[in-house]
Amino acid sequence: MREHRGVTTTVSPLEQLSEALRTELGAKAVTDLARLSGGASRETWSFKADDRPLILQRQRKGDTRDMGVEARVVQAAFNAGVPVPELITNGSGDIGPAFMILSHVEGETIARKILRDEQFADARTKLVAQSAHALAALHSIDASTITGLPSIDQVQQYRETLDNLNQALGQAHPTFELAFRWLERNRPTSTRTALVHGDFRLGNLMVGPDGLRAVLDWELAHIGDPIEDLGWLCVRAWRFGASQPVAGLGDYDTLISEYEKASGLKVDREVVRWWEVLGTLKWGIMCMIQTSSHVLGMSRSHELAAIGRRVCENEYDLFVALDGKW
Amino acid sequence: MAMPHDVPTAAQLIESVREWLEKDVLTSTTGRVQFHSRVAINVLAMVERELAVGEQQALDHAARLAVLGMKDDAELATAIRNGDLDDRFNEVVELVRASVLDKLAVANPSYALPTLND
Repeated sequence: MREHRGVTTTVSPLEQLSEALRTELGAKAVTDLARLSGGASRETWSFKADDRPLILQRQRKGDTRDMGVEARVVQAAFNAGVPVPELITNGSGDIGPAFMILSHVEGETIARKILRDEQFADARTKLVAQSAHALAALHSIDASTITGLPSIDQVQQYRETLDNLNQALGQAHPTFELAFRWLERNRPTSTRTALVHGDFRLGNLMVGPDGLRAVLDWELAHIGDPIEDLGWLCVRAWRFGASQPVAGLGDYDTLISEYEKASGLKVDREVVRWWEVLGTLKWGIMCMIQTSSHVLGMSRSHELAAIGRRVCENEYDLFVALDGKW
Repeated sequence: MAMPHDVPTAAQLIESVREWLEKDVLTSTTGRVQFHSRVAINVLAMVERELAVGEQQALDHAARLAVLGMKDDAELATAIRNGDLDDRFNEVVELVRASVLDKLAVANPSYALPTLND
């Protein structure tokens, strides 16, 4: 509530946000403010500042994660020629506990549309090569110039997560133990480290009829083996029902040869496989996390319950990826 | 095992609810509720498959564990983790794979690729 010339008016949260954006950007007017999506920890909004279409990403109240790292990563990617939205500004304050304002890039992110709609037929023939080129450019960034990037041993991280889930759900997964054993025994020996996107797949790529327009969602960026991004792109869940191994769009040879061409570096097919196996295992464990929120009572839902029975899809995929490789 | 219950069987009861969801609910809803009724239909179909083959699958699973001298999945998982079965790795892989194919046959039979089907 605020007093204005003796009249009490209610300022809605939407008006408050609009005003905070206008002040932040020094704009004359902020219009068309609309919420696009909201996850558990962050929200995405679209709006226009003096008719320029922009995107706001902000953390929800209570989430203390710093968006500054992500903003620095997006800026570095932009400078390196990776197709990304332009970073307008970032910070914390009235707009949210942490926020980023980015240029709006027109296109489609819904994987099933990109994989099936006629208007993307031409894009589908280019996307694997364009993804490989974008990854090569992003992996060429000197990661030491970006402060605050995490560097985690994911095998150890997911080992601990699985142990906790197994205990909470009273279950054991021999397939996951076989996969962990294989990952330990076949860990790539000579790896380089680079800036890794961490969730490079359809759903996080803005695509137009002409192909890749922007790489989005840099929330999971970290320092690690860059081949992780190639392996993750090959995990079966990211084929969204299509048959081709790379994002449902192309084959391993195209991804690897285009990446080699753009980066000037050799890629070992077996290292791509190692990361695809770890990615498949990670996705299986994420399914367990989802079903545990139903089983343990945090969020009762038959949809979450059913996801527990999708764990065996990931186990099956591990046997496919490792067929003849054990 | 003899059951004291009357007809319909558990499988027939579930089937009747699934048919109602398919005939009435799916067609008279849209959006989120329709999506969730589709999920519910899939869940019930899964339970029907489990009721049909679950007993045999349990016997087969126990027999596979017995080959490896294990009483359950937890014991097998621990043995794999500790490397106790490393000298029988390929045999373990085949037995675990067979159990995964059984799980998938109940959970989502259309997921299996033609190349890795038994």
